[in-house]
Amino acid sequence: MSVPAPSVQQRKRNLGQRLVLWAPYAWLLLFFLVPFLIVLKISLSQTAIAQPPYLPTFDLAAGFSSLFDAMREFSFENYALLASDTLYLHSYLKSLEVAALATAILLLIGFPVAYGMARASRSWQPALFVLIVLPFWTSFLIRIYAWINILQREGLLNQALLALRIVDEPPVWLATDTAVMIGIVYSYLPFMVLPLYATLERMDESLLEAAADLGCPRWKAFWLVTLPLAMPGIAAGMLLCFIPILGEFVIPDLLGGSETIMIGQTLWTEFFANKDWPVASAVTVVLLALLVIPIALYQCSQLRDSAGGR
Amino acid sequence: MRRASWFNVTSLALGLAFLYLPIAILVIYSFNASRLVTIWGGWSTRWYGELLHNDALLSAAWVTLRVALVSASAATLLGTLTAIALVRYGRFRGRIVFSSMIYAPLVMPEVITGLSLLLLFVAADVERGFWTIAIAHTTLTMCFVTVVVQSRLVAFDRSLEEAAMDLGCPPLRTFLTVTLPLIAPAIISGWMLAFTLSLDDLVLASFTTGPGATTLPIRVYSEVRLGVKPEINAICTILIAVAALAIVSASLLTKLHDVGRQRATR
Repeated sequence: MSVPAPSVQQRKRNLGQRLVLWAPYAWLLLFFLVPFLIVLKISLSQTAIAQPPYLPTFDLAAGFSSLFDAMREFSFENYALLASDTLYLHSYLKSLEVAALATAILLLIGFPVAYGMARASRSWQPALFVLIVLPFWTSFLIRIYAWINILQREGLLNQALLALRIVDEPPVWLATDTAVMIGIVYSYLPFMVLPLYATLERMDESLLEAAADLGCPRWKAFWLVTLPLAMPGIAAGMLLCFIPILGEFVIPDLLGGSETIMIGQTLWTEFFANKDWPVASAVTVVLLALLVIPIALYQCSQLRDSAGGR
Repeated sequence: MRRASWFNVTSLALGLAFLYLPIAILVIYSFNASRLVTIWGGWSTRWYGELLHNDALLSAAWVTLRVALVSASAATLLGTLTAIALVRYGRFRGRIVFSSMIYAPLVMPEVITGLSLLLLFVAADVERGFWTIAIAHTTLTMCFVTVVVQSRLVAFDRSLEEAAMDLGCPPLRTFLTVTLPLIAPAIISGWMLAFTLSLDDLVLASFTTGPGATTLPIRVYSEVRLGVKPEINAICTILIAVAALAIVSASLLTKLHDVGRQRATR
């Protein structure tokens, strides 16, 4: 096998140097890429009451001829089911709605926080950075659990509201869309703040001074100078939040009720409760297709950044 | 010139309060003497004592710890190799596929990664349990290690390596005696990040677990679904303390290293 000559003039890599590349490469191929191909294949299989519960099963030992035989038996039944049953359509739409709304709220809350961080004095910035990152290191399960503590019927929120006489009857918070939204915004705030902070911190403040010297009001300078310069951070933050929220399972499962069924939960139920692996795989493939668009956009912006800057 | 405007200070304070208040309340209530989680019955460490007698939780904690140790170490090795390959190898065949596979798991919803890994294990007829969870966690966390180590390698002064090589030091020895010590802080913080991510993970573990390999998050999750309990408050507080300890020591380590380097260059 010939190794293609790298663009930089370089000696041919020896065995150890090739291993550096090939060990992680092989690992990711085996445990990241191949599993997706299996999901794709099972999504085209038929449901069966067997172990494993799908037909035809996977048999690499029989060689490629059996693979073609299997391909002839592929069916698009599972995808037809996804399109015809409103349950699936409904949970895809619900996920998109929740993810879009949550991302918008995150931007509204995250921007002022990131702006405050970037404008804080230099000596404070590392400490503020650690303070924002620290919750990300604690388990998100714990963070959601903390909110169950607060939002339950006799929880602190209702105790406070009753004590302040804002309400007479304790309102129900758990198992509502509001609770899911609070949980998501809470869990993903660091993902929004950090990329925003990274771009805002690099911003040249003399630009704002120049705008002020030329008689530009501060709100207008924000709109015309700060916001356009912060765009890469805004895009990165929105995508970093939107994509994982779309497939979120734990938050809607613990905080949401029957009206907030997101696609992650549908997938989980199909797989664990209904044991319908082919349908669960089809749900995954469609979700993946939905995700490819923002991921591709993100990669493009990354490439543009690395080509444009420095 | 930097003046703290009231708007910036308020938004920062509100943001941090929003992030920390729920955790603070959870920690305070873990020391509540009352069994009723909503009524304050005075300070007590009673629930921490009861944890010691909860065998199911203890054995789950032991499994979680072992999985985290194994997967964080494997992920650190693979992630560091990946970072070296991405930073040092220039262009090579399959680079785009490789870097996409590294960045995709960072944002990919865990239900997708979990389901696909499980289907792989079923197709390959692997018995599920400790090792399958460890493999799943390694795959996820090695990407985080790569990002951490990569940022260090990019800022690396290569003239030190070149000097060693010019003086006749063989490549492997240069790597071990020059490069590795310089990127060690990043490798250690990468390991710690991988370790805490593995401790926390629920979704991947639920998909890839088998009989006899219940991790702490799986156990906590099934308890949390039934409602708030003081024992869960206590175990969560311990986990928060572990994570806080890890990040504080990681950042101190990086800081000490940077200070040492600044002194050395002076």
